[in-house]
Amino acid sequence: MTFLATIGAFFLAFFAQTGRLSVFVGQTLAAMLRPPIYFRIIGQQIIRIGYFSLPVVALTSFFTGGALAIQIYYGGNQFNSEAIVSSIVALGITRELGPVLGGLMVAGRVSAAIAAEIGTMRVTEQIDALTTLSTDPHKYLVAPRVIAATLCMPILALIADIIGIFGGFVVGTQSFGFNAAIYVQRTINFLTVDDVTSGLIKAAVFGFIIAMMGCYNGYYSKGGAQGVGRATTNAVVSASILILAANYLMTSLLFSS
Amino acid sequence: MTAKIALSDVHKSFGPKDVLRGVNLEVETGQSIVVIGGSGSGKSVMLKSILGLLTPDKGSIKIDGRETVGLARRGRADIDHQIGMLFQNGALFDSLPVWKNVAFRAIQNDGMDEAGARDLAVDALKQVELGPELLDLSPASLSGGMHKRVGLARAIASKPEIIFFDEPTTGLDPIMTDVINHLIRDCVQELGATTMTITHDMTSVRAIADKTALLYKGEIIWQGSTEALEASDDPFLNQFINGLAHGPIEVEGQQLDTTPNAEAV
Ligand SMILES: Nc1ncnc2c1ncn2[C@@H]1O[C@H](COP(=O)(O)OP(=O)(O)OP(=O)(O)O)[C@@H](O)[C@H]1O
Ligand SMILES: [Mg+2]
Repeated sequence: MTFLATIGAFFLAFFAQTGRLSVFVGQTLAAMLRPPIYFRIIGQQIIRIGYFSLPVVALTSFFTGGALAIQIYYGGNQFNSEAIVSSIVALGITRELGPVLGGLMVAGRVSAAIAAEIGTMRVTEQIDALTTLSTDPHKYLVAPRVIAATLCMPILALIADIIGIFGGFVVGTQSFGFNAAIYVQRTINFLTVDDVTSGLIKAAVFGFIIAMMGCYNGYYSKGGAQGVGRATTNAVVSASILILAANYLMTSLLFSS
Repeated sequence: MTAKIALSDVHKSFGPKDVLRGVNLEVETGQSIVVIGGSGSGKSVMLKSILGLLTPDKGSIKIDGRETVGLARRGRADIDHQIGMLFQNGALFDSLPVWKNVAFRAIQNDGMDEAGARDLAVDALKQVELGPELLDLSPASLSGGMHKRVGLARAIASKPEIIFFDEPTTGLDPIMTDVINHLIRDCVQELGATTMTITHDMTSVRAIADKTALLYKGEIIWQGSTEALEASDDPFLNQFINGLAHGPIEVEGQQLDTTPNAEAV
């Protein structure tokens, strides 16, 4: 009986949480469409979310591209390796690794920062103060962050694509002695626009998830510093899992046809 | 004449904890009411219910005769617009400098330009005896008392019709307490504002109250004018205003034992 009760309580909590999250997302989407739109704050958030994530994303994708090249070279058919390395690195980075690893890195940085900031505002009553000053927190706090992250992630992913391919190129030409001009030519010939755009679409969705999870967990945090800490952890974990799940879903939708 | 603020039978609990258990209170336009009551008795919860930050489980809260319980935020925008609030801990936005905090409503809602907003902030800060050198500081670099006074300046900056002060003088020195008491009186007398002040400080009660209400165990158990307060022989009230450990009031969560020879634990 207690076992059943525990399961019941778990599912009730789960559905309550899902319902609250849906309402939160709905309120945010509504806030995005209704004026006023705080362009200044969106701009500030673009710098904080996008610009300051550049080094992390660039380093991640450079090393990933390099490692991928090594794996393919030694794992594959070394006789025709030049063609295979360049094409698989390009494909793997643009379709999957650029957006997904970039998204996970940005989730670690940005979801945590957003959850900590909004969570602190919650527990110090700053969100209540916003409301009493006739300012909608969804509009003033949540919407700008979600818009900024959704705009920034595709750009970050594009940069990750370029740097990741460059990482493979460096390893290929420096370690395996590939001809640089041929490597570049093969990459360009092989890649299609769809490979890149599918990755960028994914990245936009990841950006939305990252900001949403940060805001949601921060907004509903309670219980002082410890509560904010918990919100921060939950934001990163839930953003990361949702990114991977959404990636699987989108991959099966985008590439099954 | 309808009351400016009218609470009737307001209930609010958090889980098993019943904080408000049927609060009845009316405040007339231009009146300064002071709410006193023990720590944890639900004074802040009552204020937040009036502000619509917490939704009462039961009961009615009317502002200007309009029912606010169950009203969505957008539905009460015009009510919010005429309300100012000082939070117990200031609740300044720490991502914004002092002047943007003080002039927040004017900047966000009325689209006031920077020069106008800074002037407004200087005026409001002057009323709480703070100088313009504070304008560009971050709230994090203010002392506790300055933080509170900037919060006060923000609450009164837009000259609202109703102002709530949650412990405006806690953490201030006696001189500054007197300044703030006068400021609250001025808000009522010069601006014609209706104010509701929560305080533990009996000198503040005497200085600013037209009417005092004592909140105990989730209900208003006594209310009346300052003269009635002094003359009252209500045992609860006497214990509270004289700060006595012994009396009918049960302090929540602890057994009061202040007999001198009590065993040290
Ligand atoms: N959001 C909340 N969730 C759960 N319990 C709460 C919440 N807000 C207040 N409480 C509880 O309600 C009770 C009353 O709190 P409130 O802050 O109103 O006290 P107060 O009268 O303002 O006290 P003080 O004079 O110390 O400020 C407390 O026991 C508090 O624990
Ligand atoms: Mg309080």
